[in-house]
Amino acid sequence: MNAPMTDEERFRKENPMSEFLRMERMPHIWCPGCGIGTVVNSFAEALKKSDLDMDKVAVVSGIGCTGRVAGYMKFDSLHTTHGRAIPVATGLKLANPDMKVVVVSGDGDLTGIGGNHFIHAARRNMDITVICVNNFTYGMTGGQVTPTTPTKANASTTPYGNYEYPFSLPFLADACGATYVARWTSLHARNITNSISEALKHKGFSFIEVITPCTTLYARRNRLGDGLDALQYYHDDSEIVHGADTREVDIEFQSKIKMGTFVHREKPTYLEAVNTHYANVIGDEYQLYGKTTPEREAEKKAQEQANQGSK
Amino acid sequence: MRFGKLKQKTGIVHINKLWCKGCGFCVKYCPTGVLELSKEYNHKGYHPPYVKHADQCRLCKFCEVICPEFTIYVTDEEEENHSA
Repeated sequence: MNAPMTDEERFRKENPMSEFLRMERMPHIWCPGCGIGTVVNSFAEALKKSDLDMDKVAVVSGIGCTGRVAGYMKFDSLHTTHGRAIPVATGLKLANPDMKVVVVSGDGDLTGIGGNHFIHAARRNMDITVICVNNFTYGMTGGQVTPTTPTKANASTTPYGNYEYPFSLPFLADACGATYVARWTSLHARNITNSISEALKHKGFSFIEVITPCTTLYARRNRLGDGLDALQYYHDDSEIVHGADTREVDIEFQSKIKMGTFVHREKPTYLEAVNTHYANVIGDEYQLYGKTTPEREAEKKAQEQANQGSK
Repeated sequence: MRFGKLKQKTGIVHINKLWCKGCGFCVKYCPTGVLELSKEYNHKGYHPPYVKHADQCRLCKFCEVICPEFTIYVTDEEEENHSA
């Protein structure tokens, strides 16, 4: 006997997000007023608009609040160790070059713990998309200082205000050689969607920073109010400057936020560079990287058959 | 305002009150002011929104995107009537 569906069960089934989310894991653990859900929504929207094969999309994330995204999204997903989202994504891409690999992780995970991996993936121009949800703090562990926490902001490890100089992530990504760099805030959901669509189409290392509120720790410690106050601040103090010089887009404590698509350029990706280099050095004997063994065998077979046919 | 045969779109807002954490993003950023926070509590102790002006919804789906809890979705009224 089937029990009648409850309202919640029906909602899980009929929600259009059920295509992209593991609905059995909802409701999620993010705090009220957090912006990560908006980023996930925009990402799903961008995937809906794209013509990608959903079986060939992989979501990788590290540890932290944003690290939960991989667990909640209904794709091939990897929840990696702290800071190692990009190395795992790189490996995934090299083993499976026709896969679309997207890294969704937080600022502390990507540029604090995994800063080295971030700069080297950008330097090599690995063909992956990185979405960095920047809330200026380590949310899950209790509000410690991250490399992006603005000077003077209060955090649990700097209770008298932060005295360090923060990273400006678009500048870091640009300087390391990323070929697509954009920044938005979680209020600009439509722009994030468009930006992610562009990044998915882009060949090379694409980096999107999304500024989101952390209401429970960053905003509370700095007495900035709740999620609505944060979105009001994004609304009032943000400015779209496409193609801005990334040296001038740093964020100070509650200062103006410059956002938009800063960098969009073409450069050979890591795999393209491998292929052109070895094709030059080794010559005709070099087998192009990125073909799987069954593909190679099928190609060989087809060639043999073609040869037999011509005889 | 009329543009030839084009008709104004109307959406139906579906809200799951159980998952809502009462952040109020949907209420504040709905461009036509369809939603309002209710006085009731859900089982978590938050005030979920309710549809106040159902006829005002123009199917922009911004509440669907801005909701961090995946707890709102909007459907096209016309399609809904067709399939029913």
